[in-house]
Amino acid sequence: MSGADTAGAQTLTREVVVANSQGLHARPADMLAREARKWQSRIELVGEAQRVDGKSILDVLTLAAEAGTRLVVEATGPDAREALEAIGGLFERKFNEHGTEQTS
Amino acid sequence: MKFSDFVATDAIRAQVKAGTKEGVIREMVQSLVDANRIAASDQESIVKAIMKREDLGSTGIGRGVAVPHTKHPSVTRLVGTVAVSPSGIEFESLDGDPVQLFFLLVSPPDRPGDHLRALESISRQLRDESFCKLLKSAKGPVEIQHLLEEADSQGVVS
Repeated sequence: MSGADTAGAQTLTREVVVANSQGLHARPADMLAREARKWQSRIELVGEAQRVDGKSILDVLTLAAEAGTRLVVEATGPDAREALEAIGGLFERKFNEHGTEQTS
Repeated sequence: MKFSDFVATDAIRAQVKAGTKEGVIREMVQSLVDANRIAASDQESIVKAIMKREDLGSTGIGRGVAVPHTKHPSVTRLVGTVAVSPSGIEFESLDGDPVQLFFLLVSPPDRPGDHLRALESISRQLRDESFCKLLKSAKGPVEIQHLLEEADSQGVVS
């Protein structure tokens, strides 16, 4: 991939909170990585101790982000704004998890 | 969290016989029964719960790896095991590839944090392509156990 897409493109950030009670386990991590891969921008998640590739489910899982964890989503590229909007929405909708059933 | 914190050594299987998704899950749960980690009377209910979770979306997370799991009230602490299918099993995985390496987890319903930390340990190590390959080509359960111990002692997993 050429650097032209991201060169000069600004990095936009959005703070999110893991609001679903079970945290970023396998299913939400999959939803997140899938959504991130739809966008051309580079997507990174920044936690307290590490920065990971938002397009990789393995990377997202290494955050082990429990309920209540604050993360910063960083998007760099031409569609950064739209990507952040979409990803922020996933956190706001608690990855469509309600209650404690079907959570593992 | 280290692998040794949740992997039942006696239940590791290097060459599963099963050739289907339900078959391998059944075989792994059986291995936990044989290792006295779960009661035989809970076996069927645990297999059903894991299959129900798979119905929500495959836990085949790519790179030939799957993490079938469930919460179950019969366990008081996280218990898991590792199995390898040298030929690979169709698992409807996220990248479509057959799965050779399985980490099965059964966790207490009230401990979501432990489950997350086990997933963290697994995914952190599996980002290492060579570690994945070594596990998949392990000749026996002892070799798998040693690989997991080595990963633990490198302190990459904390």
